[in-house]
Amino acid sequence: MNQNAIKDLLYKMADDQLILGHKNSEWTGFGPLLEEDIAFSSMAQDKVGQSWQLYKILNELGESDPDTVAFMRNAEQFHNSQFVELPNGEYDFSLIRHFLFDTAELIRFQMLAESSFETLANLAKKIKGETKYHSMHANIWIKQLGSATEESISRLQDSLDKSMPYALGMFEVSEFEQDLINEGLFAGEEALKAQWKTKVTEVISETSLILPDMESITPVYGGRYGKHTEHLQPLLTEMSEVFNVDPTADW
Amino acid sequence: MSSVKDLEVSEIKEWLEEVKDPEIPVLSLNDLGVITGIDVDSSGKVTVNMTPTFTGCPAMDVMQQDVKDVLVKKGIKDHEVIVSFKTQWNSNMISERGRKALKDFGLAPPPEHNMIVDIDIIERASCPHCNSENTEMKTPFGPTLCRSMHYCHNCLQAFEQFKPL
Repeated sequence: MNQNAIKDLLYKMADDQLILGHKNSEWTGFGPLLEEDIAFSSMAQDKVGQSWQLYKILNELGESDPDTVAFMRNAEQFHNSQFVELPNGEYDFSLIRHFLFDTAELIRFQMLAESSFETLANLAKKIKGETKYHSMHANIWIKQLGSATEESISRLQDSLDKSMPYALGMFEVSEFEQDLINEGLFAGEEALKAQWKTKVTEVISETSLILPDMESITPVYGGRYGKHTEHLQPLLTEMSEVFNVDPTADW
Repeated sequence: MSSVKDLEVSEIKEWLEEVKDPEIPVLSLNDLGVITGIDVDSSGKVTVNMTPTFTGCPAMDVMQQDVKDVLVKKGIKDHEVIVSFKTQWNSNMISERGRKALKDFGLAPPPEHNMIVDIDIIERASCPHCNSENTEMKTPFGPTLCRSMHYCHNCLQAFEQFKPL
């Protein structure tokens, strides 16, 4: 197994989960409905827990322990897509991001359940069941609000248009992409993107929303290689604030 | 106390009856289905394998420690409690006794499924108070990762369901 390839894959997935989990948790206490407050908080807990398990696999492969990896790196050492680090904005943007991200996430872990790396395949079988709930939650709200009032439709449409270049950036290929595919570790970002487009198109077609023409959009790449927006470092600084008061403290 | 050599797997399983899910204190780990293997090797070393219900379940460390504590209390010095995803937990692994305990506790047991959990399965909850099927899912998320929230149109009470997974 190509160690660098698998580590790169694990880091980008774990970082996506950790950062979006953190962003989701910012809805705690601020959701537009109590149920949505709980939903985003629950998804935050799932995602941070999933990132922890992915970091644990990295630890078994020789990387530092999960706390060190999560709290001691700087922005340029993170491999998350820029999409997940963008500010929550209003609920419409958070919902659209949740939909576009979790649709990809569910397919990603369904694909990884077939990985030749057994440890990852076992974890993926677990995560895909949990992510199913996230994806269903997003689909319900997109279908409902995407066909509700003039305001809900136009807000979601604006967020969808704004999100699409970043969403496509999630599928930025790794420098080890061909190794991952050849070794059966992961079927690859292109294969994932194709399935994602089909699913996103299917859900959006049941609403009054118009899917932007993906072929004419330039994806925002860079995140997988440590290039981030100005939003990531402040988020990391805040996230690790307590940890850094005393990194050796035992909880 | 039995000598280590005579230890039977069934006996160890019986000991673990006293370890409950910290978030659902009527449900033993045996009935929850998270104990996936118990092994005693020729030297008397006891290995217990466990699998988490949810990846981010904060109760897992507590459960693992509780199992260790029981083994220590029973005089097993040489033991290992391993948490892994080798066997992936699903809600069909909750025993009949566990399902009854959940219902008595006021939590609807998860509907049994053929491993394809979709919206129809999740919405299908019987009220643990009056057994009515005339219920509505309010949100697939709840106060803990493993619960969803529902409302019964028959007895007009909100209730929670242990999520099918």
